[in-house]
Parts: sequence; C-alpha cells; structure tokens
Amino acid sequence: MAENVMQVTDAAFEASVVKSDKPVLLDFWAPWCGPCRMMEPVLEEVAGEQAGKIVVGKLNVDENPGTATKFDILSIPTLLVFVNGEVVKKLVGAMPKKRLLEEISPWV
Amino acid sequence: MQEVDIAIIGGGPAGLTAALYTSRARASTVVFDSGMTGGQIVTTEHVENYPGFPEGIAGPELGRLMLEQAQRFGAFIEAFNSIESVGLDGIDFVLKTTEDEEYRAKSLIIATGAVPKKLGVPGEAEFTGRGVSWCATCDGALFRDKVVAVIGGGDAAVEEAIFLTKFAREVHLVHRRDELRATKCIQERCFENDKIILHWSRAVAEIIGENGKVSAIRLPSTKADPDETIAVDGVFEFVGVDPKSDLVKHLVDCNEAGFIKTDHNGITTYPGIFAAGDVTDSELKQVVTAAGRGASAAFEALRYIDARLCTI
Repeated sequence: MAENVMQVTDAAFEASVVKSDKPVLLDFWAPWCGPCRMMEPVLEEVAGEQAGKIVVGKLNVDENPGTATKFDILSIPTLLVFVNGEVVKKLVGAMPKKRLLEEISPWV
Repeated sequence: MQEVDIAIIGGGPAGLTAALYTSRARASTVVFDSGMTGGQIVTTEHVENYPGFPEGIAGPELGRLMLEQAQRFGAFIEAFNSIESVGLDGIDFVLKTTEDEEYRAKSLIIATGAVPKKLGVPGEAEFTGRGVSWCATCDGALFRDKVVAVIGGGDAAVEEAIFLTKFAREVHLVHRRDELRATKCIQERCFENDKIILHWSRAVAEIIGENGKVSAIRLPSTKADPDETIAVDGVFEFVGVDPKSDLVKHLVDCNEAGFIKTDHNGITTYPGIFAAGDVTDSELKQVVTAAGRGASAAFEALRYIDARLCTI
C-alpha cells in the first residue's frame, strides 16, 4: 500500500509545508521514540481519509534538526498544523485517531 | 490544581492494588472513590476464593487490609470524593471532582467497577427498598423467618441464596435457564440446602405488592408453560452488572455492553489511560483478577509516564 504520509525534510520544508495550498499536519518524530511509533498508523489513516482536505507530513528530527529547532520542538511526538505557512495549532503527545480528528477539524 | 503522576478512579481491589504498585514505584498516586474504599467486597460477608486465606476472610476486612497496604507505601486515598468529569489538557488528564476541585494527572487508571443490573420490570422501582434489594448482606436480616426470592443463576445469585437461608425460612431461586451457571461446588451446596426451592426456566415479569411492600412475583416460563405466581416478602436480584465507564466513554473504546476494552495488561485505546477490574471487558470478574489486573495496569501506567514524551 502506498504511504499516504509525506516525508518532509529541512530542505523541502519551504516548498512542501509553507507553500502548501492546503493545511498541513506535520508530525515531528524519531525512530527511537515509542509514542511516535504509536502515532504512525493513526497518521496513515488520517492522511488517507482526509486526502484532498489536509496534507499529513512527517519530519524525522534526527535527520532534520533545523526545522525542529526553528519551531522549538523539545519533546516528541509534537504535531503542528500549518495554514498558509503559519502554525495554527500545536499538539504534544500521542493520541488516538478520534481525538486527532477533533483537534484538526477546524481545518478539514 | 493538584498535580499527580497517577490518578486512580475507583478504590476497590483493582484500584487499591494499582495504588500499591504505583506508590512502591514512588509515583505520586491518588485514589478516588465515590464512597468507602473496598469495592463490592465491602458488602460480601465472606470471601472464600481469594488466595492466601484458606478459612476465607470477611469482605470488609479484606478491603481494609488492601487499603492499609496501599497507604503504607504512600498512596493518597480520597474517599467520598467523586470524579465528575475527565478532560484533557495537552498531554495531561484533568479531573474535576463534585466538590469542584481539580487534579492534573500524567496518567489515569480506571478501576470504577460495575453496578448491579436491574430487571426493569413493573413494580421494581415502586418496591425498591420495600422488599426489592440487590444486597443480601445489607438486607437479609430484615427477612428473618420470611419468604424471599433470589433472581439469577450465577455465583452471586447462588451464594447469596445460600446466605439468605440463614434468615429466611424459604428461598426461591429463580433462573431463566434449566441449569445454573454458578461454580460447581457452590451449586452442590445450593442443592443440599433444604430451604432453597428452585424455579427453573422462569423469568420475572412483575413484582407485586400490597400495603406498600412486596407480596408476590409473577414468573412466566421461558419454555411456554403457564405463568407461576409465588408469594414472597422480598426479592433479591443478582442478574449481572453494568460497567461504570461513563467518565471515560468519550475517550476510550468500550464494547457493546459498555465495558472498557483493554489488552491483557490493562492498556486501553487511549494513550495514558489504563483500566482494571470489573469495568473492563475481561472474562472473569473476581477479587483476585481485579487485584492482578490492577497491578498490571499500574505497571503499564508507570512505563507510560516515563515514556509518554521523548526529549530531543
């Protein structure tokens, strides 16, 4: 099955998140972070179901420290919602799909 | 707002055992109970199947010992303090009590247990407390030398029917099937007891009263035989339990009957919320399983609070 979640890098951040014409839900994660791994299937599902309404991306903080620092990400998982390049919501910690959908509902 | 590592809602065997384990791990712990701690065993005269007590132990005594043990290691117990709502604030859980106090917790263990089911038949509400009861320990003595009915076919119904023979002169055990579900050795004691009269394949359609008290019950057959009406002074219902999962239904997944879905370690579908005891969808609802699952849930909660966020 094709992955619905977009991989975002420091280099591609501007183009894929800031300049996105749709809202972006960006997941800051790392492979060694347990709760981050727990969010993976949730994000996959949300990305698939909300395709066309919101873009779901993930950024590996080990490989992309620039963006993590830029947004003062100190703990992961942290999810930021971007609309027109601005952060409109910050969600910290793992959560089930139901809550995530409630939290992003204003933008889908 | 008080802050605590682990908030445990429910102070029965599941909650108290969880509190014992979390306190020993030096996690700040508070246990809330809407009433006295101890859970359902507080109204059970004699607990015979909790391991470690070959002669059995009085329910309230067992509850008291569990409370003492949890407190010994530092658990705070808030008895007669009900939780009104469970909310979220970032990654924390916010509990509001009926006294308008607020607690912030990193993790929750739901050990709220279950309440006895009602039959929902005419006359039940009218005569509750006037002959209709769900607690034999509480009300049995009121029926000395009288005739009572016990509705149900599981361990609770059969054990309480046997208990009631200490007071009543006749105990009519009414069950909708033609065999009891209760543990075999308890069934044996029931069949040996001359004061217990069995009514097989019967349901209760109506609780009838006279002069403001129960006087009879009407029992249709589940096998198309004619109705039977028997004169009784009291009706004790032991027809199952309803889980007390309302506080967290908006956060965790429950099964159709409302029991909280957990894995075998007490993990629910909401990260940071764990559950143990009769409120969960576990098969066996006993003191020993509640205590065991309480310990497992505690272990998972401790693991969770250490790893719920990763620092980068």
